[in-house]
Amino acid sequence: MSAPARSPQELQDTIAGGIGESPLRPDGTLKVRGEFAYSSDLWHEDMLWGATLRSPHPHARIVRLDVSRALAQPGVHAVLTHEDVPGENVYGLKYQDTPALAGDLVRYQGEPVAILAADHPEIARQALKEIVVEYDVLEPITDPERAAHDDTLPKLHPGGNLVRHQRIVKGDPAATADVVVSGVYEIGMQDQAFLGPESGLAVPAEDGGVDLYLATQWLHVDQRQTAKALGLPLEKVRLTLSGVGGAFGGREDLSMQIHSCMLALRTGRPVKMSYNRLESFFGHVHRHPAKMYYEHGATKDGELVYVRAKMYFDGGAYASKTPVVVGNGTTLSVGPYNVPNAHIEGWGVYTNNPTCGAMRGLGAVQPTYAYESQMDKLAAALGLDPAELRIRNAMSEGSTVVTGQVVDFPAPVAELVQRVRDLPLPPEPTGERDIRDLPGGASNTTHGEGVVRGIGYGVTIKNISYAEGLDDYSTARVRLEVIGGEPVALVHTAAAEVGQGLVTLQQQIARTELGLTRVSVHPADTSVGDAGSSSASRQTYVTGGAVRNACRAVADAVYALAALRLGRAVEGATLAGGKIVAADGEVVADLAELLGETAVEETREFHHRKTYPLDPETGQGDAHVQYGFSAHRAVVDVDLDLGLVKVVQLDCAQDVGKAMNPDAVVAQIQGGSAQGLGLAVMEEILVKDGKVRNPSFTDYLIPTILDMPPMRVDVLERPDPHAPYGVRGVGEPPTISATPAIANAIRAATGLELPRVPIRPEHITGT
Amino acid sequence: MRVNVTVNGEPRRADNVWEGESLLYVLRERLGLPGSKNACEQGECGSCTVYVDGVPAGACLVAAGQAEGRDVVTVEGLAEGDALDPVQESFVEQGAVQCGFCTPGLLVAAHDLIERVPEPSDVEIREALAGNLCRCTGYEKILDAVRDAAAKKALR
Repeated sequence: MSAPARSPQELQDTIAGGIGESPLRPDGTLKVRGEFAYSSDLWHEDMLWGATLRSPHPHARIVRLDVSRALAQPGVHAVLTHEDVPGENVYGLKYQDTPALAGDLVRYQGEPVAILAADHPEIARQALKEIVVEYDVLEPITDPERAAHDDTLPKLHPGGNLVRHQRIVKGDPAATADVVVSGVYEIGMQDQAFLGPESGLAVPAEDGGVDLYLATQWLHVDQRQTAKALGLPLEKVRLTLSGVGGAFGGREDLSMQIHSCMLALRTGRPVKMSYNRLESFFGHVHRHPAKMYYEHGATKDGELVYVRAKMYFDGGAYASKTPVVVGNGTTLSVGPYNVPNAHIEGWGVYTNNPTCGAMRGLGAVQPTYAYESQMDKLAAALGLDPAELRIRNAMSEGSTVVTGQVVDFPAPVAELVQRVRDLPLPPEPTGERDIRDLPGGASNTTHGEGVVRGIGYGVTIKNISYAEGLDDYSTARVRLEVIGGEPVALVHTAAAEVGQGLVTLQQQIARTELGLTRVSVHPADTSVGDAGSSSASRQTYVTGGAVRNACRAVADAVYALAALRLGRAVEGATLAGGKIVAADGEVVADLAELLGETAVEETREFHHRKTYPLDPETGQGDAHVQYGFSAHRAVVDVDLDLGLVKVVQLDCAQDVGKAMNPDAVVAQIQGGSAQGLGLAVMEEILVKDGKVRNPSFTDYLIPTILDMPPMRVDVLERPDPHAPYGVRGVGEPPTISATPAIANAIRAATGLELPRVPIRPEHITGT
Repeated sequence: MRVNVTVNGEPRRADNVWEGESLLYVLRERLGLPGSKNACEQGECGSCTVYVDGVPAGACLVAAGQAEGRDVVTVEGLAEGDALDPVQESFVEQGAVQCGFCTPGLLVAAHDLIERVPEPSDVEIREALAGNLCRCTGYEKILDAVRDAAAKKALR
């Protein structure tokens, strides 16, 4: 069968601009015209619609499953259960523990039990109701701290309820100090809430394989997991990225991949699946909620002596990224501060709560909220300014982090805090205020009476790219040829553009490296080597490095061709303006003439430098490639009577190593900060007895344009000598440091302890 | 049932429409206009905002039958041929588009605002766009784009 009628587009818009400039997105015009093909827009003649039956119970045994009545419905073409999974009915990113379709047990509310394909989405929805499932309902395990330690609880998986336990010991774990502060902090379950629903179109192929067009963050990891479940060799399961409506970690795990392919292979027809918003809340993993016990000890002068912490991460029903969350959470647990002594323990556990996995700031969001709350508490105990305490303890290049790793690249933490502290503050309110600027806004809940203002800081450290010994790499293929008399480069990778602007960056790198204007970006698919995931702030670093390497190989091939034609090697050749230029500035060849009908194509990989696993006992090891740093200052107004909060201003300073596209960098910082604001004051999936109570955009609130205050963004560029172009991952840090800055500002305004985010009105009013 | 509706100036007909279908489904799946987006289909996110008889509405909350005989303008109808509307131009130029899934709805809402209020203040922009969720941008560049589009329209 052919490709879908609406399918992923090659991006040919050529907008000048190399590295360090801010050319516009090549997909921008398509997107504003409504012509960009997102995964939910895909369409194929003769296609069917897939739908999923999900468990209403968080924990139950399946006693009986009968699909015959559903299959008999007019317009229904297939109804499949776990017995129809052609290959192995198990997948997972780190551990293979997740069934494609539940067998005898369901472990969370919303777990897929059966799938079907029908002529119309409504026929599909109605037919789901005809599937008979009898459940023997079991008591759900919902308390992560108990799940970590209580061996008398039922085991949700054969290995028990512990996914990972990691201890980190540095210096003297029993050190004592003059001034000690402690606290217990909790963080709720946040959702990625990307706008484009999980969706894709599976098209059966003549070779018995399947072509899947979809929105994802990592094509090859989806291909591996899907092929295994389908019992097909990798080359028969081909994936192509279609338009992705945001991701933020929520598309790292599989959703409809295996299901749509199973239905397409069974019916012999293209099958489209597209979740609605309710199903989306059940169909992807969320951010791990956590409970964290922290104790900080310091000298009277405000120098940190020790940190002791215990942290519990609720992984929900399946492991997903829980092992990485525990790794990141513990290794980043003391923040961007010099701490000579530490004793840290982290647990990631299975429960019958919704499965938690990747979300922007993975594993660093939780401890940052806790240690930054502690830093303010310590500043208060010492009578020090909170910014001053942070500056006094800030790590820098050459510091040793809690895992013993020496930071051998710039780490301008103190400067970030100074810069954000020194940005101008909003004017103090005087006289009558526009109610729209007050907490409650146009709801007219206050005219300024009972409103107090507070300022707070948040600073973070986040590891960039994959860690703990993983060989994390990307592949790029670059082809140079002459089209219409002009040299044109075509960049082909499997790296997912999820909104962050990677397609722009690929063009910028190729233009810079090959000294030409016209660059196209081929749709990402699995016909080129693995690019890894669009996550962990890694794509500019890793795929950027791969595109650079491939471009340089293309340039070398061009120089060799020139040498052959000229009969001599060109000294210090470079490419500029479509020509080969010698070191002395002499133009030795015109690319268009030199290449003629010849196309030069090279494929190269980029591997970042090696990392190492943590010692299981001491947690020591060079686990991370690079760190990113950011600092926020928040100004809030709080209505003490009603508990309403208005974030008045949110400013950020971040070091990005090299701003490859300065406008896009600022946009990442603004967008990330909005998600951090959401976690601070509004975003939480409410779970009771394992059941989600607010799976909709009516009840799960994300910041609107009225909630986001003006932002000042101060971007530092301190190149990392180990990274391509000196880059430092950008995407995650701003999400992480925004949350504690706002929480600390609310505490400063109210004087309340507020040991949990999101902070709700009732936490402030005490009602 | 059959639904007759004028879309972006052209009379269109959709046959075999099931009574429960929304205008959004008819536009996207029956008339080949997927520009209006299916982000929540609950009237909460604004991604499917279209003009119905000149008034912005969430196409997901309009039943297909209610659209009978109406005049609908979608994001696909904002440009005139190759010429983008200023609000489209400004969204691209100001970096207000990231993943772009919220963009079609925001464009229609912003277009309507500038038609009604040629020189909107920041507070007016924020109030007008409060029904359109964006998860990527943090909204700063969307504000820039609307200000820019208003200035452009004033010059034309």
